[in-house]
Amino acid sequence: MNEASELIAVKQIDNVVEELPVRDTAIAIREHIVEIVSDSGEGAQKCGQTLGILSAKMGNGVWTVEIIPAEIQPPARTPDGASGIRVRIGDSPMTNTGNDADLVVAFNEQVLRSRIGSHAYNDQTVVLLDNMWASDSDEKIRNQYADALLEFAECGLTVHELPIQEECLKVVPDPRKGKNMFVLGLLCHIYSRDTEKALAEISKIFARKSAKVVESNHALFNAGYAYAQRHIEIHYEIAAHSEPDHRMVVMNGNQAVGLGIMASGMELVAMYPITPATSASHFLADEFHSVGGFVHQAEDEIAAAGFAIGASYAGKTACTITSGPGIALKTEMIGLACMAEIPLVIIDVQRGGPSTGLPTKVEQSDLLATLFGAPGDSPKIILAAATISDCFHFVILARKLAESFRIPVFLLSDANLATGVQPFERPEVADDWFAAPIDQSPWDPKVLAYDWDEETGLSARPIPGMRGGEYVLTGLAHNRNAKIAYDATTNQVGSTMRSRKLAALADTLSPPEVHGDPEGDMLVIGWGSTLGTIEEAVDVARENGHKVSCIHLRFLSPLEPGLREICSRFKQVMTIELNYSDEIHASYINGETRRYAQLAQLLRAHTLLDIDCWSAVYGNPLQPGKISRVIIDRVIEVEGGK
Amino acid sequence: MFGLKSDWSVKANDRYFTLDDYSAAEPRWCTGCGDLAILASVHKVCRENQLLPENTVSVSGIGCSSRLPHYMKTYGFHGLHGRALPVACGVKSRRLDLDVWVATGDGDCFSIGAGHWIHALRYNMDMTVLVFDNGIYGLTKKQTSPTTPEAYQTNTHPGGAVLPPLNPLTITLGVTNISFVAQVVDWNTPLLYETIKAAHAHKGTSFVRIVQRCPVFMDVMNDELMDDPARFLLLNHEQGIPVPDGVSKMFESQADHDPNDLSAALGLANDRTKIPVGLLYRNPDAGIYNELSSQGLDFTSEDKLAGVNEALDKFLI
Ligand SMILES: Cc1ncc(C[n+]2csc(CCOP(=O)(O)OP(=O)(O)O)c2C)c(N)n1
Ligand code: SF4
Ligand SMILES: [Mg+2]
Repeated sequence: MNEASELIAVKQIDNVVEELPVRDTAIAIREHIVEIVSDSGEGAQKCGQTLGILSAKMGNGVWTVEIIPAEIQPPARTPDGASGIRVRIGDSPMTNTGNDADLVVAFNEQVLRSRIGSHAYNDQTVVLLDNMWASDSDEKIRNQYADALLEFAECGLTVHELPIQEECLKVVPDPRKGKNMFVLGLLCHIYSRDTEKALAEISKIFARKSAKVVESNHALFNAGYAYAQRHIEIHYEIAAHSEPDHRMVVMNGNQAVGLGIMASGMELVAMYPITPATSASHFLADEFHSVGGFVHQAEDEIAAAGFAIGASYAGKTACTITSGPGIALKTEMIGLACMAEIPLVIIDVQRGGPSTGLPTKVEQSDLLATLFGAPGDSPKIILAAATISDCFHFVILARKLAESFRIPVFLLSDANLATGVQPFERPEVADDWFAAPIDQSPWDPKVLAYDWDEETGLSARPIPGMRGGEYVLTGLAHNRNAKIAYDATTNQVGSTMRSRKLAALADTLSPPEVHGDPEGDMLVIGWGSTLGTIEEAVDVARENGHKVSCIHLRFLSPLEPGLREICSRFKQVMTIELNYSDEIHASYINGETRRYAQLAQLLRAHTLLDIDCWSAVYGNPLQPGKISRVIIDRVIEVEGGK
Repeated sequence: MFGLKSDWSVKANDRYFTLDDYSAAEPRWCTGCGDLAILASVHKVCRENQLLPENTVSVSGIGCSSRLPHYMKTYGFHGLHGRALPVACGVKSRRLDLDVWVATGDGDCFSIGAGHWIHALRYNMDMTVLVFDNGIYGLTKKQTSPTTPEAYQTNTHPGGAVLPPLNPLTITLGVTNISFVAQVVDWNTPLLYETIKAAHAHKGTSFVRIVQRCPVFMDVMNDELMDDPARFLLLNHEQGIPVPDGVSKMFESQADHDPNDLSAALGLANDRTKIPVGLLYRNPDAGIYNELSSQGLDFTSEDKLAGVNEALDKFLI
């Protein structure tokens, strides 16, 4: 990725007096990772999102990851307040965040320090830094700036100072809001982006604002573009990948969830605000009415789940969207939905935990909580989206499963998918994706409310309004006739029937596809948003001569079939996850005390195989480079031990 | 009524419902429990209004009182402790054709479900909410409830309840968008019936606090009260609950109270010397949330397809 780095020569800005020759030959590169970091509120994310959407529209592969501080207005110029975005653009579909950034634009030196702390850069990374702080009226700031520059030099980072503020001041009186569009202009020249498309995107962003606002942002963009043209010699071209046969859409995972809800025919979303799930409801608050739907903001998560369950009981499959702490509150309701067999879709956009944890950061830590959270035996279906396209399609699947199996269905997404932007094939929505209009024809009174099929546990459901179907739903142990029964067999029979539904569903699933050879030294297993990273890491390991393959699970309850058989074709199996596990070589940690990552725990029990794991909770998306090293080290360690 | 049409003809396939059509299993409440009287009144109101059993849903939480749905031959939802109201709101949200009833206890509504109590009142969805207030946790055997009288001995406060009881009426009347607040006692069956009937007829959330006897675990709140009618104040008004013949003379103290007058209602609710019985407040103009939550019910598949496609196209590359 850094093959072109020695060709980069950013002119020392102070020396620029005359116009520099315009460099119009762009160097072709396959992909680049760009980061834009600023204080919160300076619009780095908007800038990066626009670059991403624009690039997708130009036919590039794109993957974006937002860098979100936990506070709304964290103190300015602090590492903790770093707000920004990483955009990976390439000439083929991008499936993950990638490794170290190739180019960074930082609005101040402190936010840059934060990203260095997160190991996002290396000595090849080109850093463009606003130099306004060098001449700040506050001596303390001037010193901080100077100290940081020394610190950057010490860690081998080449920083190029740019007069971003100064240049913006020539266009607008207060560039704090608007600098981001100047930077977008810079980047658009550096990466040979289509300026007309860029200007159109800017108009879209400010569509609700006055024409004057649009105009000044256009002016800032043009100024940035012209500045780069004149003063920055870095100039790249990233080819579009072959024109897809299908129309493509580009969006983030929460928008995809929202559209999935619309396309599934659900009419109601009951929610309580919680990061990083809320933006899905924001999206629906804008759009849901166009399919006749309604977003209910409840008084808390318990009420949100109760409201959705009430609507579903009355024949309208509903959905609730939340994140970890909300899942904890909804647990009793979800247990009721299991017990009383009420269809319900629960979307869990996972964040860092436990407790309030890391609200804006990614983790895959709710698997076991969703699987085992409710008291008693409470079987439910759990799906995990691996891509933004999954975020859309799995909602439709989840609604159908919830209704056919009369069961709550979890769809696990995460902070990474929620804010990441990725293009995918535009779904061709069919009306059979919609929930059927509720059936109000009379119910055959001879059919009981829980007329469980002995083999599958499935039963049809009377809906209020159906004459002859009157029954009282209860969370108490009940028989086929929905009557409370405390006798010896009733609870055993009910539990068996509810559990049987999962086995019946598992029977319809196919084994996961193996990425790589069907057998070898190591099988890596992942789930959720790490798909692209793991596959890329496995490919790197394979290129290095290691016999490594991977599978990625979409169904976590029931698990996809054939796992034991697939695993047994490999000498070693390990999961890679974004949740906590004990490292092997730590004090007190041994074979008995080691706590495994969540999927690893499940799979060990499921396959009876000694499945290893690697997992971490840094809150950052996994980088393929790091993961390939983990995999290769583990393969070598095992081989060495033999 | 009686299946007769206005021209005195009877249509053979017309349905007429008797009390039996609304009553299911034999109630398992203790002898002398006030819940029995409430259930009987609910059955009567159903029959009086000839509610379609298939279009009637009773929703409850957990507690003795929350067993009510099992004794109704309609649809029912016996859910979680404290959570009847959000479920009932969800049932109503997109099913305006359903007649929704809520049965909840003092622990269910005023303690574990207190958050939902406040907010459900604000939503003011069209449903009838009956709080069976026996001043005690019945089902779990005599623990202190929010309305247990101070110093009353319970299993969690053997030395006597330590806090003054919560006043459900002042709280209810203090909630914005409240639309119907009444109070009644279970042992005055004619008045109980009239109150539930008026509550059911009201459009919006009708909240009825029913002072309910629990002969097993609570004697102060019923025996003493039953023996002392002077403690009550009967509220009369032409827009209030119609007082049946013979009931009026049971009450020594009576007052003319205009149910449109919120501050007078609050005054009555705050009066510690008298327990008001009747309609405290009614506002037929309060906004009804199910009118919002049911938007788009008429959308066809084609409308929905058009809506999704339009939304998707905004993301086209
Ligand atoms: C989450 C939860 N906590 C506690 C209980 C136990 N519980 C069941 S009913 C009840 C109190 C019932 O009192 P009330 O609501 O006044 O109803 P009553 O039995 O008096 O009619 C309690 C504490 C429960 N079922 N669920
Ligand atoms: S315990 Fe009290 S409230 Fe419960 S059924 Fe018996 S008398 Fe009624
Ligand atoms: Mg009680």
